[in-house]
Amino acid sequence: MSSTTAPAAPLPADPKAPAAEGIRKPVDPRTTKRRRTLAQWGFIAPAVIFMALFFGYPLVRNIVMSFQDYSPSTFFTGEAPFNGTDNWSNVFNDGLFGKALWQTILFTVGSLVGQFCIGLALAVFFTRRFPLNGILRSLILLPWLVPMVVSGIVWRRIFDQDTGVLNSFLGTIGLPGDTPWLTSTGMALISVILVNIWIGIPFNMVILYGGLQEVPKELNEAAALDGASAWRTFRSVTLPMLKPVITVVLVLGFMSTVKILDLVLALTDGGPADSTQTLGTLTYQNSFVQMDFGAGAVVGNILILISAVFAVFYLRVNRNEGK
Amino acid sequence: MATTTHIPAAPAPAVHRPKRRWGATVFGVVVLAVMLFPLYWMINTALQPDASLVDVGPVPTGLDFSGFTSAITEQGTNLLTSLAVALGAVAICLAVSAPAAYGLAQFKLRGSRTIVFGTLITQMVPGIVIANALYSAYVDLGLVNSYFGLMLADASLGIPFAIVLMRSFMVSIPREVIEAAEVDGAGRLRTFVQVVLPMSRNSLITAGLFSFLYAWSDFMFALTLNTTDDVKPITLGIYQYIGAHVGDWGSVMAASVLSAVPAAVLLVLSQKYIAAGITGGSVK
Repeated sequence: MSSTTAPAAPLPADPKAPAAEGIRKPVDPRTTKRRRTLAQWGFIAPAVIFMALFFGYPLVRNIVMSFQDYSPSTFFTGEAPFNGTDNWSNVFNDGLFGKALWQTILFTVGSLVGQFCIGLALAVFFTRRFPLNGILRSLILLPWLVPMVVSGIVWRRIFDQDTGVLNSFLGTIGLPGDTPWLTSTGMALISVILVNIWIGIPFNMVILYGGLQEVPKELNEAAALDGASAWRTFRSVTLPMLKPVITVVLVLGFMSTVKILDLVLALTDGGPADSTQTLGTLTYQNSFVQMDFGAGAVVGNILILISAVFAVFYLRVNRNEGK
Repeated sequence: MATTTHIPAAPAPAVHRPKRRWGATVFGVVVLAVMLFPLYWMINTALQPDASLVDVGPVPTGLDFSGFTSAITEQGTNLLTSLAVALGAVAICLAVSAPAAYGLAQFKLRGSRTIVFGTLITQMVPGIVIANALYSAYVDLGLVNSYFGLMLADASLGIPFAIVLMRSFMVSIPREVIEAAEVDGAGRLRTFVQVVLPMSRNSLITAGLFSFLYAWSDFMFALTLNTTDDVKPITLGIYQYIGAHVGDWGSVMAASVLSAVPAAVLLVLSQKYIAAGITGGSVK
């Protein structure tokens, strides 16, 4: 309100005087308003432009690229002619795509089930009061904060068939100590899932713990008084109250798991014999190893499609949360 | 405690209770030990660089830092690169997202809801898909193998999260506070810098910490947007290193320890911000 410049200081209680002064100002109120809106957009515009360039553009560009013929020489000649649906049919006819898709599903489901169950169990455990609870709970976050590639490389060392500490430990306690954790086609995917469970536990635990804190204690106590067992109380009182948080944890876990790349490259590079190849690593291999960006874009688009379905799901949950 | 085992099954109930609580602590310590074992093993291996692979002992017998010295000579530059790129990414991230978070929280602009919605959606776009399209754009713009290019890409990892987190905080700044500043003659920008930012300090720190961790941990953009050794962060350095010298695990692990230091330091220094960030950014 620019009207405060009016010399009406002695009579601030009178609402009419400053208003009347204000009208005499020559500036058109519509211009002022437009100028204000423009200035306000100035705050938001950089972020909108940034996100358009780094998220919007790649989405569109990937669709276009999936119909173009890229080869190693493309980046010298600058030519990537359109080739219809060649990339799509090539990818779908290659057995590797189906294999990677199936392994992505196994990887995602296995990781989520493991992370969630152990994370929930630990979250429930930490709701009890005992000495050092806080310190232990925050130290458990550490695996989640270490760069994922680095975790992968450390585990690669631990998993080594002949010289890794896992096999030598198993051997010491009398179990077979020669499991080829990362080097057999039957075991490698399971091992990668185990590592990803290890990485995901802290995240699941922290969010679920936060959710459990919100569940009113009186509810559990009332159920206990009614003679419900601890398990029964948990299942029919705590879990339903926790449902929104559970959905968020699972959807966020899904989004970060389905696109996995770092961890697989560090542990196995997709091998042995493509047994740990996922949609993420396949996109990478097609584009950045074979330099066939068209084929990479096809797999990438499938990955986006899968994520989009879950994005819709997530946003619906989020909207309900906001109420 | 060995004497108590001779007394058969007659624990006094008064002793029983605190004992059970410490029992939970013991269980918690065991869980923590299992969870942190790989990190312990990383440090342990790093301190025994000369041990042949089979006889890396469960505890280092002497403190041999030669693994660390060779890691620093070979990966020191890459650590600095990571630091520079991560700090640059944090600066870009906060400069872009703090004003936007404020605008989306306090201005009643048409389209704000759509933008918030879009911000949530961007968090679901797989990084490799972005890299796939970004690479050819970067080639055209000359941003491949450049610090600035990698900083921009790494900033994109933190921006959606930072906007969502800071916005949820700035919504709760009372309108009167902002209006009072404007009545005092402060412009919109000054109000933002001198009133809003100081009030949102905690959410700024949390967003900054997380965007630092995201950029520091980034491997995918480093791998895909660099074709030469000009810009090589530590994550990429370690990855290429194991490809080349599989035998020298002592210094690989030493480099890994160094690359995990920022995470550990941040965890210790800023526990409350991290816990707030994990829950705040994802649930709200």
